[in-house]
Amino acid sequence: MSATKLAPRDQGAPDYTACLHPAMAKNYGKWVEHERIRPGVLVYTAESGDKLYTVRAGSPRTMSPTTIRKICDIADRFCDGFLRFSMRTNVEFSLTRQEDIEPLMEAIKTELGFPIGGTGASISNIAHTQGWLHCNLPATDAAGAVKAMMDDLIDEFENENFPNRVKISTSCCQINCGRHSDIAIIVQHHHAPRINHNNMQICELPKVVAICPVAAIRPSVVDGNQTVEVVDEKCMYCGACHGQCPSMEIRDADTDTLSIWVGGKGANTRSGPSLMKLAVWGLPNNPPRWPEVSDAVRTILDAYREGGKDWERVGEWIERIGWQRFFEKTGFAFTKYHIEDGPNAMWTYNRSTHVRI
Amino acid sequence: MAKKKDDKGTNNPGLNTPLLDELEAGPWPSFVSDLKQWSKTKPQVAQLLNQLEESYENRWNYWTGTVLNVSGYGGGVIARLSDKADKYPDLAEFHTIRIIPPPGFVYSTERLRNLADICEKHGAGILQLHGLTGDALALGFDNEGTFAAAEDLMANGWDLGGSGAALRSLQCCVGQARCEMACFDTMKTSRFLTNHYIDFLHRPEFMYKFKIKISGCANDCANAMIGSDMPIIGTWRGPMQIDHEKVAEYIEEKGVEHVIDNVITRCPTHCISLKGKELVIDDENCVRCMHCINVMHKALKPGKDQGVTICLGAKRTLKIGDTMSSVIVPFLKLETDEDFENLTDLIDRMWEFWNDNGMDHERIGEFIARVGLGTFLEGCGIEPDPRMVQSTRTSPYINFEELAPGDFEGEQTQQPKVWNREPESRESSS
Repeated sequence: MSATKLAPRDQGAPDYTACLHPAMAKNYGKWVEHERIRPGVLVYTAESGDKLYTVRAGSPRTMSPTTIRKICDIADRFCDGFLRFSMRTNVEFSLTRQEDIEPLMEAIKTELGFPIGGTGASISNIAHTQGWLHCNLPATDAAGAVKAMMDDLIDEFENENFPNRVKISTSCCQINCGRHSDIAIIVQHHHAPRINHNNMQICELPKVVAICPVAAIRPSVVDGNQTVEVVDEKCMYCGACHGQCPSMEIRDADTDTLSIWVGGKGANTRSGPSLMKLAVWGLPNNPPRWPEVSDAVRTILDAYREGGKDWERVGEWIERIGWQRFFEKTGFAFTKYHIEDGPNAMWTYNRSTHVRI
Repeated sequence: MAKKKDDKGTNNPGLNTPLLDELEAGPWPSFVSDLKQWSKTKPQVAQLLNQLEESYENRWNYWTGTVLNVSGYGGGVIARLSDKADKYPDLAEFHTIRIIPPPGFVYSTERLRNLADICEKHGAGILQLHGLTGDALALGFDNEGTFAAAEDLMANGWDLGGSGAALRSLQCCVGQARCEMACFDTMKTSRFLTNHYIDFLHRPEFMYKFKIKISGCANDCANAMIGSDMPIIGTWRGPMQIDHEKVAEYIEEKGVEHVIDNVITRCPTHCISLKGKELVIDDENCVRCMHCINVMHKALKPGKDQGVTICLGAKRTLKIGDTMSSVIVPFLKLETDEDFENLTDLIDRMWEFWNDNGMDHERIGEFIARVGLGTFLEGCGIEPDPRMVQSTRTSPYINFEELAPGDFEGEQTQQPKVWNREPESRESSS
């Protein structure tokens, strides 16, 4: 391209002060308290006495310019031309006129078709990855699974009926971009990568060998071509090599399955951050609506709602009642595959006689 | 391969998406309905949906990753080529541009419309707000469109986000703009660090990616603790603020039992007790977890002398298993220019030690797991602090530098007695 006139480089993050609702700009750092008026609607009060109402709506994350402009139209009408997105892809409309809350909610529902909720002890929007829509590594879709699951869980988004908030995420490969959540859905592969020896010239072989966490990849020569071999007994099907080298295909439409993990938590509240642990494995990768996944998630949620104490997150509830009770209450099977065999395995065993009998 | 822009949609096969159509039903807003409607404006979106339909049918993915860089940048474009370009020519090049959003994801409608206009002008215009990387994502540009969109974006005050072995776009919670719990200015910190380290964000030069996420308090709305290499979390020194009148009101309203069940017994360090209608807090043992403040948010507030705790090292499970962030700076003020200099000085030292000694594709958490936190601290010139560990070590095998003999490398000075045994003793016993 012609380099005659390039736009300025390295400008960095946009100036947020120009993107703040006037009440946010005026009361920046001077907020005193908040209250949830109803699910999805909060009011914040500042030292000055100013009140800012915020209505939270669930978005599908992937949006056309038409939808973006509709969002902007509503923000222009009710919110002085400002809005915000939450971490879990909700849209937040903030306004100062209390009497506009109802018309705003009506506009969100009729013009956008977005549900209102996702606050407090509800299920917030599902954090998800790119999937078949645009990723180069996925073994399943993300946006579709999220849409199907949220159809089923929309009541839980619009109401606050759990002991505490529930964060759900989905990931479409074993890299798990969806991260730790109260409930997470992950793809799993079940055999070693298939190597296309004719196309290994596109990969940096030393990097491919080095990236394997279990040292299962060795240099090799096939038909005079430099390539690698994988030691089947060592391979744990993580797909690290596939990310490094597209010629090492880890996915298999016939055998890949989904699994559900529970108890991940990032917040430092109470018990502190925790990793999520395996609950159910071997669910079918079943587009377009993945009903088996939705059912299993629903089972976990029902048991959590039934047994969790106020403020307990999913992981804290399981920690308190123990995994034996978790499997009893959900009806899922506990198998040898639920027992850790990683480098920290022994720390996950019950190293006491504390047993519920 | 050369393909004119005008060709877009000329051989559009029309929508044929029976499986995706099932995702139009149900109450949750459907991206399929939105994109189907949008495909009337942008015919390449119809091809995108048709290819996605084939993915649904065959449970297979049809994108190949490649590399494309805008002049002066080493990242920010997630380049994708369709494996089905013969069938869907408009998807032959169909890239994503990562764009740094305003910190805290706040927008004026003017800025958001501007973003949508530019993305529509130069590509398919699909936006995702926001990706888990903390970027605003714009999908569907061919090579030419990518370059044109990037210039247009930058001319309008936007900038590209990070990708590859670089500092990634930062992410922060709404912070002081709308939350009374935020203990420092998350938006300012996010923008400051982004712009200070913009070189590292745009031109990958690390061992691997580095993510910084910023939350105003321990509730961690920015998902920093498990989602970033360096979480910066708001906290405070000294006592928390208590409004005793409001405490009494709360107990009156909810009852003693509720307060015991939801506040007193939930404190991780058991530092709250109830004396009549008064909460007594052992501030020395408070670990700033925010739980009691969340429950009684009108009566309790973070203390006044505020700052941040900085942790290091979280990432998801590949390759050595999950690493969680652990404390690297227990408390740092983050208000004055000097405070921010202290922060960048610390980051500089940690990056230097990691990148001088890390291995390819090794995140900083993996690096610390390999060399040990003690070695890492020494390498970065950070004093060890008991607040960095849950407990001291259990293994007694230690290389004490102070206790090792000085001349150890020379000849052994002391012969172990076993070597002095005379061979005669064995002979005499026979």
